[in-house]
Amino acid sequence: MSHMTPEQLSENAKQLIVDYLSKIDELKTKDRMKIPAQEMPAQDPEIRSHNLDEVALGYTMEQARIEAMRCLQCVKKNCVDDCPVKIDIPRFIDHIAHGKIDEAVGVIKEASLLPAICGRVCPQETQCQSNCTVGKALKDVDKSIAIGRLERFVADWERATGKIAIPDIKPETGKKVAVVGSGPAGLVVAADCRREGHHVTIFEAFHKLGGVLRYGIPEFRLPNDIIDKEIETLTAMGVEFKTNFVVGRTRKLTDLIDKDGYNAVFVGTGAGLPMFMGIEGENLVGVFAANEYLTRANLMRAFEKGKADTPIYPSKKVAVLGGGNVAMDAARMAKRLGAEKVYVVYRRTEVEMPARREEVLHAKEEGIEFLFLQNAKRVIGNEKGRVKEMECVRYELGEPDASGRRRPVLIPNSEFTLEVDTVIVAIGNGSNPLISQTTPQMNVNKWGNIIVDETQKTSVDRIFAGGDIVLGAATVILAMGEGRRAAASINKMLAEEIEKQKL
Amino acid sequence: MSKILFKKQLSKDVFLMRLHAPLIAEERAAGQFIILQINDDYGERIPLTIADADNKEGSITIIFQVVGKSTLQLSEKNVGDEIPALVGPLGRPTHIEKFGTVVCVGGGIGVAPLHPIAEALKHAGNNVITIIGARNKELIILEDEMKNIADEFIVCTDDGSYGRKSLVTEPLKEICERSPKPDMVIAIGPPIMMKFCSETTRPYGVFTQVSLNTIMVDGTGMCGGCRVNVGKDVKFVCVDGPEFDGHKVDFDNMMARLNSYKELERESHSCYLEQEIKNKEALQ
Ligand SMILES: Cc1cc2nc3c(=O)[nH]c(=O)nc-3n(C[C@H](O)[C@H](O)[C@H](O)COP(=O)(O)OP(=O)(O)OC[C@H]3O[C@@H](n4cnc5c(N)ncnc54)[C@H](O)[C@@H]3O)c2cc1C
Ligand SMILES: Cc1cc2nc3c(=O)[nH]c(=O)nc-3n(C[C@H](O)[C@H](O)[C@H](O)COP(=O)(O)OP(=O)(O)OC[C@H]3O[C@@H](n4cnc5c(N)ncnc54)[C@H](O)[C@@H]3O)c2cc1C
Ligand code: SF4
Ligand code: FES
Repeated sequence: MSHMTPEQLSENAKQLIVDYLSKIDELKTKDRMKIPAQEMPAQDPEIRSHNLDEVALGYTMEQARIEAMRCLQCVKKNCVDDCPVKIDIPRFIDHIAHGKIDEAVGVIKEASLLPAICGRVCPQETQCQSNCTVGKALKDVDKSIAIGRLERFVADWERATGKIAIPDIKPETGKKVAVVGSGPAGLVVAADCRREGHHVTIFEAFHKLGGVLRYGIPEFRLPNDIIDKEIETLTAMGVEFKTNFVVGRTRKLTDLIDKDGYNAVFVGTGAGLPMFMGIEGENLVGVFAANEYLTRANLMRAFEKGKADTPIYPSKKVAVLGGGNVAMDAARMAKRLGAEKVYVVYRRTEVEMPARREEVLHAKEEGIEFLFLQNAKRVIGNEKGRVKEMECVRYELGEPDASGRRRPVLIPNSEFTLEVDTVIVAIGNGSNPLISQTTPQMNVNKWGNIIVDETQKTSVDRIFAGGDIVLGAATVILAMGEGRRAAASINKMLAEEIEKQKL
Repeated sequence: MSKILFKKQLSKDVFLMRLHAPLIAEERAAGQFIILQINDDYGERIPLTIADADNKEGSITIIFQVVGKSTLQLSEKNVGDEIPALVGPLGRPTHIEKFGTVVCVGGGIGVAPLHPIAEALKHAGNNVITIIGARNKELIILEDEMKNIADEFIVCTDDGSYGRKSLVTEPLKEICERSPKPDMVIAIGPPIMMKFCSETTRPYGVFTQVSLNTIMVDGTGMCGGCRVNVGKDVKFVCVDGPEFDGHKVDFDNMMARLNSYKELERESHSCYLEQEIKNKEALQ
């Protein structure tokens, strides 16, 4: 990607749109296919790798409308089929093309409660944009309609115009719902249950709300004011928040029902258990789980040196192990915190990387070095027990495995060392056992994920669960989807009880 | 939010506070801790053991030593002030049963977390021998409280300014040589003291439980910052501990990890001093 300045992109769009607007309702498929795909304006890589401001700046109105005009309004909507929450994508895009942004907002909100967030963090290239007709026809998934960017545009427009409507709340039912965890799953349950008139309390272990959105995903991808705005809306709806409250410790999960009178509980505690490689030297000073590194930088604000009391390791040469979003975030954060060299060490190749494509491209632009088909073998320390090197080994691609991906095969005697002072392990998260350990009657699978039925109900009466604690580390949109389903089940259960009480 | 109900200075750098926290008071058990923040935007999360709790008042007691910025700021708070973030009880409670004779060894501020454990052990019918030690007389805390519970009580100081002039490991060794041997030792204090207590008891095969004070962030098992090597395993102190078998803990690694940020802290401290000096020079 060559870097075009936001001003150039905006200027180009301004010139183009005049022409297209004059014939907006006469555009044929072949005309639409010729409309240039709109690049996302972004901060200059040199500058942004030293600040925490958002990298992607968002489309201008003209860019959004041009991009929207590229959509063919297909009869067979591949994009909708591939959207986990089935947003009516062509319909909202058509509203954008016609400049009716508030109507676009309405369409998205029928299906998704957190568009400003999903537009920024969903892996669109493997979801809605993966089989978009335009991308297919142009044989380039990067040329698919930029659905995520349009979703973000719509949500940002709504926020900027201060038009965010507080949803209507039905009359109070007197029923109480406890939501454990304030990640995307929990936030969605809170909104959906509150709308039905139930009293909702969110219990959060941390001192700030938002789950991974706050402590994991850095501000350069998802600014805090977006999360704050969602919380504000929930507060205005009358949702109650209890931070610094670890369910299972401050109160047993079942006590919320037995002692505190909640009629239903939703467990959305996420996948907060960092995995390590199990290699020699992994406990040396200077080796961190990405969770710790990112929590210090984001939640504890260690990025703001001088202001924050929480220290962060002064790294110069950093190796990040892993190839997902967490690895990209850790690597880019390390760069922003002043590291001179940052390597991402990944066992497979670029195509297999689970990270969002845009993040990989941005990371490259920011000077992160990718070491593919390599992996850490051991971490080597100095006499003070601090990291000084990492021994690595090389791989080559072999036969495809069960998932169809070609399996990396170790090349014998390929050891070499990488001079680093910091190693950040970002190879995934397991499910945090705190709730299951303190709630022995709850069924979990062998990975510790809570087992639920198709209504998201757990093995314990009145207790529902969803998000990463059920799915294992997954995505924001899937967590939201599970939250919606759980809320619907809770609302149904409570409605039936209210009916019974009337008889 | 949690209000400070009571504050008392126990020694030069050690303070006791009672904080309003009814839910924590109700749920907590000996051996557990809380995490608090003086400021919930920029403050550090500092773990402190729950030294005592009063269910009627709805309060918990913390006893802390001023060692850095956050504990200094905490010590400057007064009765009526609010602590913006307080979470707990965290960690696994101490396993209490009738073991027989238990030696409770407390070093410095470690006497604070030891006290509720010794008390619970006494209640469970154990013969409790207590050894408390500190660098000098000034730094001895909770002497009367510990004496009241103990069947046998020994106090030592490094410089001999009070009690016996020795490290706590000396009387500990003597007790291990008795016949019958003690059934268990619980040692809480600075890592170096816990390390040497474990080394002292190892040849006698007396089970020695230590309580680890690693660096922590969340305290719920999410970040892995508190991890320690225990035998062949990696354990998270905040959820698997804080108590472990001292004969299995890799103290050297733990101490190195505790010092992760020490250079940084010293550096920023000296930067600060340099700036102060410059400011003064500019004035002159
Ligand atoms: C660094 C990073 C980057 C990511 N990037 C992306 C991305 O780009 N796109 C994407 O789709 N997904 C991404 N993900 C994954 C995504 O964030 C998660 O799938 C999603 O947040 C899961 O939502 P959740 O509501 O299930 O749980 P979480 O967001 O994990 O929230 C759980 C909350 O519960 C709280 N909690 C836990 N235990 C308790 C308890 N006992 N009592 C009270 N509260 C408790 C936690 O403190 C936390 O706030 C990323 C994850 C990480 C870590
Ligand atoms: C489970 C647990 C229980 C604890 N209980 C008590 C208690 O009851 N009373 C008490 O006084 N202290 C206790 N501590 C230690 C206390 O948390 C630290 O002293 C405190 O966090 C230091 O904060 P600071 O900002 O004042 O110092 P900092 O400026 O952060 O550090 C000052 C010095 O202390 C060291 N240090 C930093 N964090 C810790 C830590 N977590 N433990 C030990 N040394 C540290 C640093 O290496 C540094 O040299 C406990 C720690 C744990 C993990
Ligand atoms: S598949 Fe692509 S072109 Fe077709 S409706 Fe969806 S976004 Fe528009
Ligand atoms: S303090 Fe984070 S895992 Fe223990």
